[in-house]
Formats: sequence, C-alpha cells, structure tokens
Amino acid sequence: MDFTVFMQQMVNGFSLGSMYALIAIGYTMVYGVLRLINFAHGDIMMVGAFLGYFGVSILGLPFPAAVLLAVVGSAALGMLTDKIAYRPLRSAPKISLLITAIGISFFLENAFNVFFGGTPRAFPVPEYMEIILSLGGLTFSVASLMVPIVTLILLAIILWILFKTKYGMAIRALAFDVNTVNLMGIDANRIIMIVFGIGSALAAVGGIFWAVNYPSVEPMMGVLIGLKAFAAAVVGGIGSVAGAVIGGFIIGFTEVVVVAFLPEYGGYKDAFAFVLLILVLLFKPTGILGLNFDKSRF
Amino acid sequence: MISVKDLHVYYGLIEAVKGIDFKVDEGKIVSLIGSNGAGKTSTLEAVLNSVKRSGEIIFSGYDIVNHKTHSLVQRGLALVPEGRRVFINLTVEDNLRMGAFNNDENYARLRDAMYKLFPRIKEKRNQMAGTLSGGEQQMLAISRALMSEPKLLMLDEPSLGLAPKIVGEVFETIVKLKEEGITILLVEQNAFAALKISDYAYVLENGKIAMEGIASQMIGDDEIRKKYLGG
Ligand SMILES: Nc1ncnc2c1ncn2[C@@H]1O[C@H](COP(=O)(O)OP(=O)(O)OP(=O)(O)O)[C@@H](O)[C@H]1O
Ligand SMILES: [Mg+2]
Repeated sequence: MDFTVFMQQMVNGFSLGSMYALIAIGYTMVYGVLRLINFAHGDIMMVGAFLGYFGVSILGLPFPAAVLLAVVGSAALGMLTDKIAYRPLRSAPKISLLITAIGISFFLENAFNVFFGGTPRAFPVPEYMEIILSLGGLTFSVASLMVPIVTLILLAIILWILFKTKYGMAIRALAFDVNTVNLMGIDANRIIMIVFGIGSALAAVGGIFWAVNYPSVEPMMGVLIGLKAFAAAVVGGIGSVAGAVIGGFIIGFTEVVVVAFLPEYGGYKDAFAFVLLILVLLFKPTGILGLNFDKSRF
Repeated sequence: MISVKDLHVYYGLIEAVKGIDFKVDEGKIVSLIGSNGAGKTSTLEAVLNSVKRSGEIIFSGYDIVNHKTHSLVQRGLALVPEGRRVFINLTVEDNLRMGAFNNDENYARLRDAMYKLFPRIKEKRNQMAGTLSGGEQQMLAISRALMSEPKLLMLDEPSLGLAPKIVGEVFETIVKLKEEGITILLVEQNAFAALKISDYAYVLENGKIAMEGIASQMIGDDEIRKKYLGG
C-alpha cells in the first residue's frame, strides 16, 4: 500500500464523513427532543442544495451569500414543517409522527420534481473552490479541504450552544423530561422548533457541500444521502450529537476505503452504510455514544 | 393570591379530582393533605395546566385557566414536582440555570443565594444532577423552582424518601421562604409535620375535600387526629 494513496483516501474520507456528519446531526437532535426519525430531513437537505443552486445561478449571488440563503431558507422550512405538521401531533402516537415525516418527504421530493424537473442540474461551483492544491504528493481541491474545516467549526458552535447556552441546556433537558422543561417556564415547543432550525441549517450546509463535490442537484438527492446520514446517526448513537459526527466519519471512511481498496466491491459502496447500521442494531442498539434514555420521562 | 373553584381533573374516563374549591392567601403556608391517590398531585398539576381539567382559577386577580404551563411559571407560579425530577443529564449548576431561564439578570445572584441556603449542593455544582443523593436532589429541585422568583411556590411531597434529619431541614427552609414573603401551597402525606408549619389546611379524600380548617386547630382536634392524621 502506497502511503500517499492511503493519505489521499483519508482526506477524501474526512471530507465525505463531514457531509454525512452535518446531516446526521439533524436526525439525532430531532430524535432527542421528539423521539422521531425525521424522514423528511434528507429532503430538507435537498431543498438547501437547490436554494444554493438558485442563489448562484438564478439570482447571481456570490457563493457565500447563496449559502446563507440556503441556510436561512432550510432552517425556515424545517421550522415550518415542525409547526404545521409535527406540532399538532405532539400527543399522538409516535407512529403518526413517523408517517407524517414520510409524507412530508414525498411531498418535497415530488413538488421539486414537478416544478423543477428530475434531471440533475450542474451546480455552478465557484472557480476558487476547484483549485487543486498539492502537498507532499497529496492533491486535493479547495472544496474538499473546506468541507471538513467548516464542519469542525460548525460542530464547535453546536457544542457551544448545547453545553454553554441556556437554549442548549433546555434542548438537552428536553431529551429526558419534557414536562419538567415546561415547569421551568420554558415553552418546549419553541425549543423543539429551534432544534428543527439548527438541524435544517446544518443539513443545508451539508447539501451544498454535496452539490459542490458531486456537482449537481436533483430532487431525489436527499433519499440516499439522507438514509446514509440516518445510518450514521444510529451507528454513532441516536440522540448524541458527538455520536452523529463519529458515525458520519465512520460511514464516510468506510465508503472511501471500500471504493479505494476493494474496487471489486465498489459497486456495493452504498450498501456498506446499511451493513454497519444492521450490525449496530444487532449488537449495540444504542450505538457508539448512545444516550441511555432508560431513565428519561419522555 | 390564588383561588380555585370547582376544579375537576380527568384522566380519560377517570375523574381524579371531583370539583374542589380552595384558596391560598398571600404570605401563608397552606397544606393539602390526604392519603395515596387522593388527588393531591393532580390538583397541583391542574393549577399549572399540565393535566386535563376544568374549573376556575384566579391568580393575583387574573383568570389563568387558559394559560399554558410555561406562561404560568413566567407569571410567578412554581412547582417542585413529586419525585424531584431534576434534570439528571445536566449539572447541578445547569439545573439552576434552567430554573432561571426567564430570569437572566438575577441568575448569578439567586444561584449564590441557593448555594448559601444549601451548601451541600454548592459542593457538587459541577456534578451531573443524577449523581446526587435523594435529599440533595430535593434541595436542588427546591432551589431550581426558586430561581424563577415565584410568588406562589407549590411543593409536592418534599419530604418523600428523606431521612428525618433532612426532612426537618426541608421544613425549616419552607418556613424561611414564607418569612421571605413567598406564598406556599404544600402537599404532604406527612400530615403532622405539614400542619405544624401551615396556617391553613385542606384534607383531600378520593378527589373531594373532606375537611378544611386552621392548621393549629386541626392538630389540636382529637377527632381529626384519629380520622385523618393516623393517631
Ligand atoms: N396519568 C394518570 N392516568 C390515569 N390515572 C391517573 C394518572 N395520574 C393519576 N391518576 C389517578 O388519579 C388519582 C389521583 O392521583 P394523584 O397522583 O393526584 O394522587 P396523590 O394524592 O398525589 O397520591 P400520592 O400521595 O400517592 O402521590 C389516583 O387514583 C390515580 O390512580
Ligand atoms: Mg402525589
């Protein structure tokens, strides 16, 4: 094994893992506060990628402004789905919530299909992101370097929010005891909405990174990426943000390693995330950093 | 301070509280006593609108029956819930922070006051609340409720599961809070201890008020002692 090739693949794995991690955080946070696997989350990511695409190619915005548009737009959409679709079901059985999530997912996919067509659209990647850097025999694009850096910055911000701000503390408290959160004079519904906002904003960033690296957007892009990010959240331990990040990297690296070193199995690369998912569910259902919700009064 | 009329609480088809009236005057300690399943917890939760209920609830002159739990707390009601219910996955200090969620400007001052009131929880302020003993959790639950600077503090069985010495401390604290001007509605099974510090008391039986009166007279009344206070 050539060391440079190995390092090259590590860089790729880090980049891919970051994208899964960004999306997985939304799954895990929403699960924490609602015990819901938000199957519409991958589609929120798709909407984020589209908003970025529209921002650059139709509105002619500079790339950072388009990212901002995508982040704000997706956060608003995530909060809206909570408000109009999930909130009315707070006291309904969890299965109703799950079915609603699947409904929203289908709705978004088909609405985008109808309005914008199913053909992938080339994402206008800014030139500076395509510059290839080389370092000691390794080569990588600015984009693939930017993805993990931005992810780590965002992760630091999220952890700061969760552990150092009162809103973050309320999010963590909510995962264990909703009623008592209300007793603190906190509107639990508002906190839940903030969680949807944060998760959707991160998903939008993930979606745009995806669109930049595999430079296209299409209405069904959220399905497979979303499922893999969901697998990442479960592997890392659903409910735990750090777990989602670890899970994202595990799935990202696995995929890269399979393609690079076992090319004969390359065609199955998408299956490995789910093999990991099944193994985790069989042997350690709470995942790597899974929170122990046994004592929760949810 | 608070006056409740014709309060009913329902759990599906079960009616746990069957039309009770009670009031708590400003600056007083009022006790709600009664045996298991009498409807004490349901009554407190009904005041805070966290169970399905009907009736009239007037707090400081305002009809609050349609307010949500969190907005009632913002208006000066607070509950130390049965079984403490501290946030086990948050540190002691972060539990206090949650209590002061809508009281940012006074957080630091109140936190220090709580640490003075209960030095034991100060020592453990960076520990997860789930690692505290039962008594320490009770102190934390009381402190956390006080962080919102409530006008009416409701306590649901604060002595439950505590060693006698700590029960004494908790009751002393309640008296201290009253002296500081906080109105208190106390639910207790430990009826004697509750009556001793109360001004007025209601005895709840099967969702109805079986009797009420001035606390000191209830302790003195032999018949009441036999019937409701177990001796
Ligand atoms: N969630 C619930 N669902 C159905 N019934 C309930 C529920 N909570 C309470 N009850 C019933 O309502 C009645 C009153 O309960 P409540 O908890 O108010 O009693 P309590 O006086 O606080 O008792 P304890 O001293 O044991 O705490 C009981 O008969 C109880 O079984
Ligand atoms: Mg009770």
